[in-house]
Amino acid sequence: MRLQYPTDIRIIQVPCTGKVDIIHLLTAFEEGADGVFVAGCLEGDCHFLEGNLHAKKRVQRVKEILDKVGLGVGRLEMYNLSAGMGPRFAEIAREMDQRIRELGPSPIRKAKASLPKAETEMRV
Amino acid sequence: MIRAVGKPLEEVIGMVQDYPRILVAGCDGCVTVCEAGGLKEVKVLAAALRLYFTQQGEPKQIDETSLTRQCDKEYLAQLGDRIDGYDAVLSLACGCGVQFLADMYTTKPVYPGVDTTFLGVTEERGVYTERCQACGRCILADTGGVCPIARCSKRMLNGPCGGSDKGKCEVNPEMPCGWQLIYERLKALGQLDRFEQPITPKDWTTSRDGGVRKIVREDLRV
Amino acid sequence: MSAETPSKLQKILNAGHFAVCSEVGPPRSADGSVIEHKGRLIGNHVDAINVTDHQTSVCRLCSLASVIRLKQMGLEPILQMVTRDRNRIALQGDILGAASWGVNNILCLTGDHQVFGDHANAINVFDLDSIQLIATVKMMRDEGRLLGGHQFHVKPQMFIGAAANPFAGPNVEMRVARLAKKLAAGVQFIQTQCIYNMDTMKTFMKLVVDRGLHEKVAIMAGITPLKNVGMARYMQKRVPGMDVPESVVKRLAGVPKEKQPEEGINFAIEQIEELKEVPGIRGFHIMAIEWEEKVPEIVERAGLYPRPVVD
Repeated sequence: MRLQYPTDIRIIQVPCTGKVDIIHLLTAFEEGADGVFVAGCLEGDCHFLEGNLHAKKRVQRVKEILDKVGLGVGRLEMYNLSAGMGPRFAEIAREMDQRIRELGPSPIRKAKASLPKAETEMRV
Repeated sequence: MIRAVGKPLEEVIGMVQDYPRILVAGCDGCVTVCEAGGLKEVKVLAAALRLYFTQQGEPKQIDETSLTRQCDKEYLAQLGDRIDGYDAVLSLACGCGVQFLADMYTTKPVYPGVDTTFLGVTEERGVYTERCQACGRCILADTGGVCPIARCSKRMLNGPCGGSDKGKCEVNPEMPCGWQLIYERLKALGQLDRFEQPITPKDWTTSRDGGVRKIVREDLRV
Repeated sequence: MSAETPSKLQKILNAGHFAVCSEVGPPRSADGSVIEHKGRLIGNHVDAINVTDHQTSVCRLCSLASVIRLKQMGLEPILQMVTRDRNRIALQGDILGAASWGVNNILCLTGDHQVFGDHANAINVFDLDSIQLIATVKMMRDEGRLLGGHQFHVKPQMFIGAAANPFAGPNVEMRVARLAKKLAAGVQFIQTQCIYNMDTMKTFMKLVVDRGLHEKVAIMAGITPLKNVGMARYMQKRVPGMDVPESVVKRLAGVPKEKQPEEGINFAIEQIEELKEVPGIRGFHIMAIEWEEKVPEIVERAGLYPRPVVD
């Protein structure tokens, strides 16, 4: 099965979405990601029992933070699908890609681009 | 242990928005255990603040650290060589830590990043309940090991009141009636006779009503 | 009921009559005429009148000023005091103040939590609870002593009362045990929570009588006439520690709306008649909430009028 999905998506593999922490998602946005989606197993089908349910709650928490810092809730989403659902993965990727294109580039990336390089690297 | 919860982000933003260089300082003690002010929460809060101020077009230097404890001078002293590099410190320690930090660095603005809430226990991860109000004179021996000062909404020493309903407090039907718990516990211990002995008015001088409290242990002083 | 006081209520109980009390709620303003009006409405039909102390934590004209006003009208007031709003200094001071105006009855309560009232964000005090307040009044009266140790000569001659709620949790036995605790602290009369569940009330009284508590404390049954089915439902669902059986609600619902107030009064009178036969019941406390004008009718139809005269 050779499925087409947008090429500007970078995949970060984790053993389980239960491994995805709030700080990982926030860091992605700090590094300039325009959007992030978390692809977990189907609910009830987690190999580690509840990893995807934990991820769901963390994604919700990060959405709240993103809303408060002005990035809005739309740039982050959690989806549930099984390893055998390749076409669905490609569909989600296209859907998310389309959504982010409509939202435009991350204001963080834009703000950082307009700054002198030294300032963006000041963080310890 | 002391329990705390993170302050709302907008409140924190309001406190620190005028400072270009901010140190977010966590505490590895109680607030780490209740996941309100440890290094992990420091990282999340710092990231959120950086995102906010960057998005606003006014990026700041927001750095992260956490101290073993903020209620002991030895650990606070570890900030000594770097604190001058910041315009303000946002402390995620409990109210004790925030104040002790401010005590040591008298000219540095120090802001609280958490609301210190109570002395309590972990019912389950993410669920904490109050158990002690540090009244300074423990009466648990008389009340079957359940504290009416912390667990009765009216801190009655001779409860339950007439508002206790189906084992729940009149204040909130989700809240167990502390005196029902005491009654059941005394019954299980075969000590119901204690229930009918009036407890006399409490001496509150050991509580906050006696003024600011202090412990001096001569045997420990060096 | 050891200590004798000048209380008219105590004398009537001691003479073996069924005592009758009612209560007035002060206004949420400085209008003292409201107290006078309510006092006149019921004064001739009851032996003593409770004045509530910021009931349900709603700020009102204070009970101390109100009982003095009733006393000056020649009526017999009962000072209700809750421990929610005042510490032991203020409570004892108010007791001395009331006694200085010849007030001879007090009802010691812990009080509703302030979240129910109009100042939910207030601090609460609860320095004492109701049982400790009972013991404090007794000490002031019998020993002429304040909690702080100060001795004084002119003692407050208080007939000491408290509330009991047979219907609150966890069980009736515990509620009887708590009554015994109030007795141990020095209470002389009890006004119960509004009774709707007669079975539970009778169970409570049986346990009280079995322990002989009724010989040491005068228990007055609390009666609140229901105005309509809405009020019955509200009491059933919303008031903690209140037990309104479904049968009572159905009885009111079974008559047309305009007849419901009358049905509520009929039910209250039937309850009084039934409770007169229950061993240990020594009187009635009729709490007609914002319905004071009905008290005379209830008292008369329940065969409790005219009120006995004692000196």
